[in-house]
Amino acid sequence: MSLGPHAAFIWISYLATALAVGVLLAWLFWDGRRHERRLADLEARGARRRSPGKTISPD
Amino acid sequence: MSAQQPNQTITQRLANPTRFMALSATLLPWLWGAAAILIAYGLFLAFFRAPPDYQQGETVKIMFIHVPSAWLAMGGYLLIAISSFGLLVFRHPLADVSAKAAAPLGATFTALALITGSLWGKPMWGTYWVWDARLTSVLILFFLYLGLMALRSSIEEETLAAKLTAILALVGVTILPIIKFSVDWWNTLHQPASVVRLGGAAIHPSILVPLLVMAAGFTVLFVAMHMKAMRNEIMRRRIKAMTMAEIERQSMAAPVSAPASASVSGKAT
Repeated sequence: MSLGPHAAFIWISYLATALAVGVLLAWLFWDGRRHERRLADLEARGARRRSPGKTISPD
Repeated sequence: MSAQQPNQTITQRLANPTRFMALSATLLPWLWGAAAILIAYGLFLAFFRAPPDYQQGETVKIMFIHVPSAWLAMGGYLLIAISSFGLLVFRHPLADVSAKAAAPLGATFTALALITGSLWGKPMWGTYWVWDARLTSVLILFFLYLGLMALRSSIEEETLAAKLTAILALVGVTILPIIKFSVDWWNTLHQPASVVRLGGAAIHPSILVPLLVMAAGFTVLFVAMHMKAMRNEIMRRRIKAMTMAEIERQSMAAPVSAPASASVSGKAT
């Protein structure tokens, strides 16, 4: 597959896109896993989202 | 008010973050799969089926990633603007989550549109950059994305940060028609619209089809990444609420309880 005299421009464009999307995906999955672990840890310790002073309205 | 109301709209039904988490967990694997298949097929068409352009030669292949990135750069900002409107007008609980999650994604695709456009411009125009209306307005869009993220992170109070960011996002939405019509309103080095225009696309189907497949793949990928980022943001807010509640519980328990009975939730952190 020959991409002609401007092949470098084409390859760099595709590599830059792959790199940016790859970094974005890695960050999203790393961040998600980090939050999942932290949430699981808090739930295992019996943490709740509301402080004891606040009651939930019945309706 | 525990029962689901029969005439709720889909946005009202999705207003519940727990329901959103359950739905997105089901949808995400399908979205990742669809994005991978579409982009793989698009790349196959781009590199093995699409002919070189009669004027641009093989550099037309840059279009298959440049144009979808540019569309998503604008689409991402439109999503932020709609979410901001939802926050300010309807106080939708997920609106700010959506706006915050979309900003880094939109900024990335805007940067990609600028980089790939620049790499396409050098062999075609003889320069990486020119201060014409289209390129400059897209650069302003990139700075708007950075501004939204910087403004949000500079304000500690999250509700205030959300509102101010939403106002800036709505003011900034005026950049979208300027980008779209810049090539019609001003003399630009950038070519006029050739896909979304009155009279239909001006591109031969052999190049248009790979472009549309790649655009579909990029769009599904964006939707999946946005959903994933929203899930992360919801979890972050839950962690923050739980941590704050735990600190409050511990501070309430501390003055009254003797050291031996300080077993509220195990060790204090």
